[in-house]
Amino acid sequence: MNPSMLGATAARVLRQLRGDPRSIALILVVPAVLLAFVYYLFENETLPPGVPRTFNRVGLMMLAIFPFVVMFLVTSITMLRERTSGTLERLLTTPIHKADLLFGYALAFSIMAALQSLVATAVAYWVFGLDIKGNPGWVVVVAVLNSVLGVALGLLCSAFARTEFQAVQFMPVVVIPQILLCGLFVPRDQMNSVLELISNVLPLSYSVDALQEIAAHTTSTATMAADLLVMVGFVLSVLLLASPTLRRRTP
Amino acid sequence: MGHHAAPSVEVRALHVLRGKTMVLTDVDFSIPTGRITGLLGPSGSGKTTLMRAIVGVQRITSGSVQVMNRAAGSPELRHEVGYVTQAPSVYRDLSVEDNVRYFGAMHGRNRAQAKEAIDAVGLGGLAKRRTADLSGGQFSRVSLACALVSDPRLLILDEPTVGLDPVLRAELWERFARLAADGTTLIISSHVMEEASHCDTLLLLREGRLLAQLTPDELRLRGAADDLELAFLHMIKADIAGRAGAA
Ligand SMILES: Nc1ncnc2c1ncn2[C@@H]1O[C@H](COP(=O)(O)OP(=O)(O)O)[C@@H](O)[C@H]1O
Ligand SMILES: [Mg+2]
Repeated sequence: MNPSMLGATAARVLRQLRGDPRSIALILVVPAVLLAFVYYLFENETLPPGVPRTFNRVGLMMLAIFPFVVMFLVTSITMLRERTSGTLERLLTTPIHKADLLFGYALAFSIMAALQSLVATAVAYWVFGLDIKGNPGWVVVVAVLNSVLGVALGLLCSAFARTEFQAVQFMPVVVIPQILLCGLFVPRDQMNSVLELISNVLPLSYSVDALQEIAAHTTSTATMAADLLVMVGFVLSVLLLASPTLRRRTP
Repeated sequence: MGHHAAPSVEVRALHVLRGKTMVLTDVDFSIPTGRITGLLGPSGSGKTTLMRAIVGVQRITSGSVQVMNRAAGSPELRHEVGYVTQAPSVYRDLSVEDNVRYFGAMHGRNRAQAKEAIDAVGLGGLAKRRTADLSGGQFSRVSLACALVSDPRLLILDEPTVGLDPVLRAELWERFARLAADGTTLIISSHVMEEASHCDTLLLLREGRLLAQLTPDELRLRGAADDLELAFLHMIKADIAGRAGAA
């Protein structure tokens, strides 16, 4: 790895993004707006005393799911363009190491994800009174990890698409199952054993677990640490899988 | 002309199969350092494939390609070889300057060197312009600048002058000549035969075979025409007749 090439790549990706205000709005504004939808959806619920508001559970999970979905989309399209425009092939004739390219992308988008989750978490906290026991700093950490997961999966999936339309088709295959099975709709331990088993091998499940730990405990717990480690493991494995799809020599 | 320059590129018995077609068949030549070599041939004759093999991005079927005494594409060559693809490969959503600076950064080049490369292709006034908003000819010059910025010892240009006006084309050929005089080896493909006169040596390709390696003067002689286009045409006809006779 070479820090200056990695840095130049991250800066280049951020510059590309800067020229595209719509993507910036998608990243920074849309999650906060969707969070408002979730809040008003449950605004008039009547709960027995002592039962926490649904927004506390669902809103919190949204903070993890948004960065994952948005970064997956943005990365898979950006990387597909890189592959089809010939810039990837050209880049790979230069001394850049594949790791510089992969981590350059990951770095650029995790900076955006950190901003995104700062905005979304702040809105959830101060505007909608999200109430959790743990430190909101950890929520931001989970969100950033999730976004890097989205970046890694996006990089990988872009290798199997030839057009932007095909790239978007990975959404229902890669993203939606994870949202269904991560524990948002039904707690994972109440699923039937097959679905629970599937959810056990999906990375998003672990970030939802981690968020629930953060919500329930005032201090960081071992379970949360384990969940975060599993997430890091997933991210590194997916990046490792994506690396051979950046080929220097083609038929 | 000095004739003792060390070979910069050596291609031996090169065969390349792409899909089901043999795109290059038994190609064999070497190129000296500090010269301009023109790669000429009709569309589909294998020019791009041969260039890709020299850069090291083309998977080859058999034979060998050596660049500065190393296997084409080896990591040590990545600072030494610049490649401008036929379709311009730059980031459309970045400015001219940001493109050139990014590719320059891969070779440790600074802002001033990026500016120099941009000026060299005549885009000094458009450095801040988004690449997507340029005309076709300007767009392809950005791609060229992204290769010039690294100041490579071997520069491989796939049809770099297509779509450029005559004034600019002449300027670029002057620039190429200066680069060669400074010791850069250039391989430039074209299907415009009039450009062949700017080259020191020509490689004539037809249907994946190397017809000849010769100087423009030798081409005029062997093709029995002063016009290079006509001379090449004569050689192709002779080749077709020769093959038909042999079969
Ligand atoms: N990716 C590919 N797969 C299969 N065949 C290809 C591919 N690219 C080019 N070819 C074929 O290889 C031949 C030579 O192509 P190319 O090297 O691009 O020629 P030129 O640059 O001289 O026009 C053509 O017949 C073309 O159809
Ligand atoms: Mg070509």
